[in-house]
Amino acid sequence: MAQVKAKAKNKIAAPMARIEREIPEDVLLSIQDLRVWFELRKLGFGNAGFVHAVDGVSFDLHNSEAIAVVGESGCGKSSLMKTILGLYRPTGGKVVFENKDISKFNTQTLKWYRSDVGYIQQDPYGAMAPFLNIEKIMEEPMVINTKKSHEERLDRIRKVFEEVKMMPYDDFLPKFPHMLSGGQQQRVVIARAMMLEPKLIVADEPVSMLDASVRVEILKLLRGLQEKHKMAVIYITHDLSTVRYFSRRIFVMYAGNIVEKAAVKDLLYNPSHPYTLALLAATSDPDAKNARTFKDVPPGEPPNLINPPTGCRFHPRCPKIIKGLCEVEIPPEFEIEKDHLVKCWLYK
Amino acid sequence: MKDETLISVEDLKLHFRVAKGVVRAVDGVNLKLGYNEAVVILGESGCGKTSLAKAILRLLPRNVQTYSGKVILKGVDVMQYSEEEFRENVRWIEMSLVPQAAMNSLNPVLKVGDQVTEPLLVHSGVKKEEAYAQAKKMFQHVGVPEDFLQRYAFELSGGMRQRAAIAMSLVTSPDLIVLDEPTSALDVLTQANIFNVLKRIKQELETSFILITHDISTSSELADKVGVMYAGQIVEWNDAEAFFRKPLHPYSQKLMASVPRLRADKEPDFIVGQPPSLLDPPKGCRFMERCPSAFDKCSQEPPTINKDGRLVKCWLYA
Repeated sequence: MAQVKAKAKNKIAAPMARIEREIPEDVLLSIQDLRVWFELRKLGFGNAGFVHAVDGVSFDLHNSEAIAVVGESGCGKSSLMKTILGLYRPTGGKVVFENKDISKFNTQTLKWYRSDVGYIQQDPYGAMAPFLNIEKIMEEPMVINTKKSHEERLDRIRKVFEEVKMMPYDDFLPKFPHMLSGGQQQRVVIARAMMLEPKLIVADEPVSMLDASVRVEILKLLRGLQEKHKMAVIYITHDLSTVRYFSRRIFVMYAGNIVEKAAVKDLLYNPSHPYTLALLAATSDPDAKNARTFKDVPPGEPPNLINPPTGCRFHPRCPKIIKGLCEVEIPPEFEIEKDHLVKCWLYK
Repeated sequence: MKDETLISVEDLKLHFRVAKGVVRAVDGVNLKLGYNEAVVILGESGCGKTSLAKAILRLLPRNVQTYSGKVILKGVDVMQYSEEEFRENVRWIEMSLVPQAAMNSLNPVLKVGDQVTEPLLVHSGVKKEEAYAQAKKMFQHVGVPEDFLQRYAFELSGGMRQRAAIAMSLVTSPDLIVLDEPTSALDVLTQANIFNVLKRIKQELETSFILITHDISTSSELADKVGVMYAGQIVEWNDAEAFFRKPLHPYSQKLMASVPRLRADKEPDFIVGQPPSLLDPPKGCRFMERCPSAFDKCSQEPPTINKDGRLVKCWLYA
């Protein structure tokens, strides 16, 4: 047993080597070689390997910048998000918020951190307690984090509701979440995330549960708020078509790695990683021509993150594989043009 | 064969009894579909599109208030059939359903193969070996390895389970398959894959499809015809070609404008307001309140206007 434990420790210790680098001044959040692994148990005790959910992710998020993380389910984007929110502890690497390493936070400092970071959940109905009315739901962040009076809290709720266009605001306060439409529920969730005037908002697929006609409205609202309050936003999604209306930079994630980082225009007009190409090809625009052609989809499925493929994680599905290189060595990030980084050997 | 009508639905109504009154989920729907043709029913949540699927297949809950109209399948009005006759001769024999979230509704304690062959054993009364042979054939069509028949649902990925559900709807070789949101919970690449599978089935097995979805972009992958549903009614019935170029009904136009596009620089727009409650829908046009081109005539029920074979329920075209 002890041996197994020691082994597990060794395995965990390997990626702990940290990249210490200078953080530029206007960077709000800096992710440095972040690894989030989940241990698998054998019969409740022994170690049966790790799920490498996030494996070596680095990026800087500047003040009042909107970025999008795009990836399929199981690529680790939710684990990345939850680590940024301080819900998971990183296995290796760092999450640095305003020059403080959040993985070293205790309960008290985490509370301070969370009042600076807003979270917009995917399923608005699931994100609100069904037995609390909207007033209680909206008040909660201020009750926990501030010492303001009830009147002051109501005042803030009014301001925020005006911004998310929930008017007249006192109509909504006594209602319960199930009495609102999907779009209104999502507005309440956005409003709640705004209550404490956060510097960073993490939005996890904020529109995927909504109807087409409301989707754009919510995205525009979110972008409006971001520009007005100069918040930084991390927008997590699987839908490339909504990204271009929202963020400046896009990160494409595959199997725990960010495989391509680029400005929106560069990514859409000059996609470079084979996975990005596949994603773009698979996304449809409404066009009757689609019905007459077959889509070019890479074979297979995203890899199991317990035993990810050696080398480049996309190599078993990649149409442009370089035999003898891609399956052996992990590709580093190549800068193919300014601020356009691709983790692929094709650009060596 | 090809220009004959496979199914024609006339004035189909399905109303539910609830505590607050009567919900008119499907309120006078007409549609017509030929052999080897695919129609997409587009609509937002709560417009009654899933109820329409259930009404066509007569899979009704207990609280039905009204269920009327005609469902004419290959020239026979199957609405006249008793429940027993319908089950024996129509459901899963002539038409089958891939329900919403089908991939999550597979039984976890049965092998996939046992579930996929079940419709065949129940409806066609064939032997188990034959049923398995047929299931194998269908698995080839949908691109699932044959040995997955011996596995349990949890061993398959989401895309594979969805394909298995499609294979299950195919085993009895029906002429019509109703798909309710077949790809809404799947990833982009898997979605593209499922649509490839559906297109191939349409070519190889000459099946007809009714595809029910809210996703306009992916719906164009399969559509020959498009029906737009709003508040329990079909407001536009159009060829896919014409629809995706220029829809007729103001609601369809707004809906198309709300689609975020990957390959065009057009800023998407949204529709102000909410669909009306189906408990007490407005007397006149149901889209009137949200319509940018509404005028005084709209307070009366709009007729369905035939504009060169395209149907639109709007006063603008009268």
